[in-house]
Amino acid sequence: MSARIRLETMAARAVGHVSRAAGRGGGTTLPGKLLWKVDPRAVDQLAARLPLGVALVSATNGKTTTTAMAARILAQEHRLTWNRAGANLLSGIASALVSSDGSELGLFEVDEAALPEAIARTRPRVVSLGNLFRDQLDRYGELELVAERWREAVRALPDETTLVVNADDPVLADLAEGRQSVLRYGLDDPRHARPALQHAADSKYCVRCGTPYEYAAAYVGHLGAYRCPSCGNARPDLDVVARDIELTGLRSSRFTLATPSGEVRVELALPGLYNVYNAAAATSSSLALGSSLDVIRAGLEGFSAAFGRFERIAQGAKTIVILLIKNPAGANEALRTLETGVPPVLVIALNDAIADGQDVSWIWDVDFEPVLPHAGRIVASGGRAAELALRLLYGGLPEERLEVVPGLEQALDRALELTEAGGELVILPTYTAMLALRGILTARGVVPAYWDTPR
Amino acid sequence: MKLRVAHLYPDYLNIYADRGNIAVLTQRAELRGHSLEIESVGLSGEIRSSAHDLYYVGGGQDREQALIAPDLAAKGSALIEAVLGGAALLAVCGGYQLLGRGYRGRDGSTMPGVGLFPHETVAGSTRMIGDVLLECEPVPGERRTVAGFENHAGRTLLDGGAVPLGRVIHGHGNDGESGFEGCRVQRAIGTYLHGPLLPRNPWLADWLLAQAIAHATGEDPPVFVEVPDELAEEAHRVAAARAKSRGGRRR
Repeated sequence: MSARIRLETMAARAVGHVSRAAGRGGGTTLPGKLLWKVDPRAVDQLAARLPLGVALVSATNGKTTTTAMAARILAQEHRLTWNRAGANLLSGIASALVSSDGSELGLFEVDEAALPEAIARTRPRVVSLGNLFRDQLDRYGELELVAERWREAVRALPDETTLVVNADDPVLADLAEGRQSVLRYGLDDPRHARPALQHAADSKYCVRCGTPYEYAAAYVGHLGAYRCPSCGNARPDLDVVARDIELTGLRSSRFTLATPSGEVRVELALPGLYNVYNAAAATSSSLALGSSLDVIRAGLEGFSAAFGRFERIAQGAKTIVILLIKNPAGANEALRTLETGVPPVLVIALNDAIADGQDVSWIWDVDFEPVLPHAGRIVASGGRAAELALRLLYGGLPEERLEVVPGLEQALDRALELTEAGGELVILPTYTAMLALRGILTARGVVPAYWDTPR
Repeated sequence: MKLRVAHLYPDYLNIYADRGNIAVLTQRAELRGHSLEIESVGLSGEIRSSAHDLYYVGGGQDREQALIAPDLAAKGSALIEAVLGGAALLAVCGGYQLLGRGYRGRDGSTMPGVGLFPHETVAGSTRMIGDVLLECEPVPGERRTVAGFENHAGRTLLDGGAVPLGRVIHGHGNDGESGFEGCRVQRAIGTYLHGPLLPRNPWLADWLLAQAIAHATGEDPPVFVEVPDELAEEAHRVAAARAKSRGGRRR
């Protein structure tokens, strides 16, 4: 490490300590922001110090969970640097790298728009691409824009970089076409397929010729076993397959992973098909980095939840479950985990800050309808509570089962009051609402602050 | 009575929660004792100019819009005939652009439109994104506001004499310069505003329904009894406040 980099990282690290000591959030990006400002090339040099290299993970949905799962697997055998608090822009990666002394391997979740630059600067050994859904159009633009940036970034990858793609996503399968070192993962269990593509599904037209795909099975949004009846473009053969999937409501899932290194049965303490996808992604990246199946299984089975994603928090005799929602595809899957047993009290919190998406129209693309007849009471909260309440009423929620409480703390307390002892309160917040709710629970001493979560 | 609605390309043009607009039209018609019969008109479908009282055209991502644009252009004359014959229409964002004369890309390419609305859209180098508040006069002397969200790279330039939907109070509007948003031709409205548009602007849904009824009956548009709209008013109030605090500023 050059003297200059050493000085810069020392200064940046000091800022992190000061920021945490001053109680200004986790200080998770502040040192990185400083370093990033002073010398962006420092990221390249710090990344190059890691003897086992860098792996990157990106996706519209699931990148935080996938990265946390992979970290759990990889940390068993390697000294790992990773952006655990979900700070996934270049400044967040810089922050993690600043405190990477003695680490062997870097593992970073990357914002979709930041991926090309992250690839150029960290020269990763493995790049994992999970899915592309329409997401916060006011912030990211249309799906095709992100897809085009990813195509360019992948074209620039050297041959020796392993590309891990979710081949159930037609855009990603196409993007990996022709590359030498690719691991393709996906699901194979038609019992869990949706009877039809969901409302407003993305990428449902052939990437080659524009004809609507036919699906042998559609699992999550447009992800599944697709085939174009016109030109034959179809899901390629999978290298890592999750099959024989058993889902048990809001609790857990079990599935078999068939890989080039053999098969393994996994019990995961997370619900939903989307987490099976995340596990298959984390497995594929870990295989590419040399992990054995035993290590992978141990890591996955030891995993509980990533920050704000399916956290289960005890509050006296009641349990609060937080399921982050941020776009139609992700919210649909969160709601789907509730379908088998809708909790009597539900809080949905819609904020509209930049990190949530200022355009709240996406809530109309979420399929709330299957859950509404079973919810005993729904508390609509957040800065756009009225908008959300309209959505739920037009979706068929009877007025007497709706309460509109814009203040998050008031909504939390009202919902706890409505929840019976021993009962479960499920909260579906957008990103800044999740941060605020976690802040409230931290202030009450119920959950540890995220920068204190054990490593 | 039964109102006949044609929803154009719902599988392709649905990016800004267009089903919210349809849900509002459906429920507010039912509140007044009417019902909507909604027909999806897709790539293989046909527009028969007297068959529908209300047309709806949503917005799509560029790729999806390009997939249906030639088909829509081919259906254009029937759609124009329907509107000139008194049918109501709402076109949002991409649908609004496609129903003008055409779209000129940054690379000089042109995508021909339907030619219902007297405007042309030219691609800009930046997107105009944010909350918007408009002031409208649906009937002379009656002032109303519309709160929505815009997200468009196209600058839509109205011909001289064309009637906009409203005057921009906060936000960018058609082209970021003129101070106007949307366009009206008889009972047809085109606009960039989604949100979706109708849940928080229920008066506009009622206006469209009244126009559709007028088409169906051949009489003047009916005046509806008021219905309680507290939540919609609250949603409108919050959206209008957002437009004021963070909507694009006019130069």
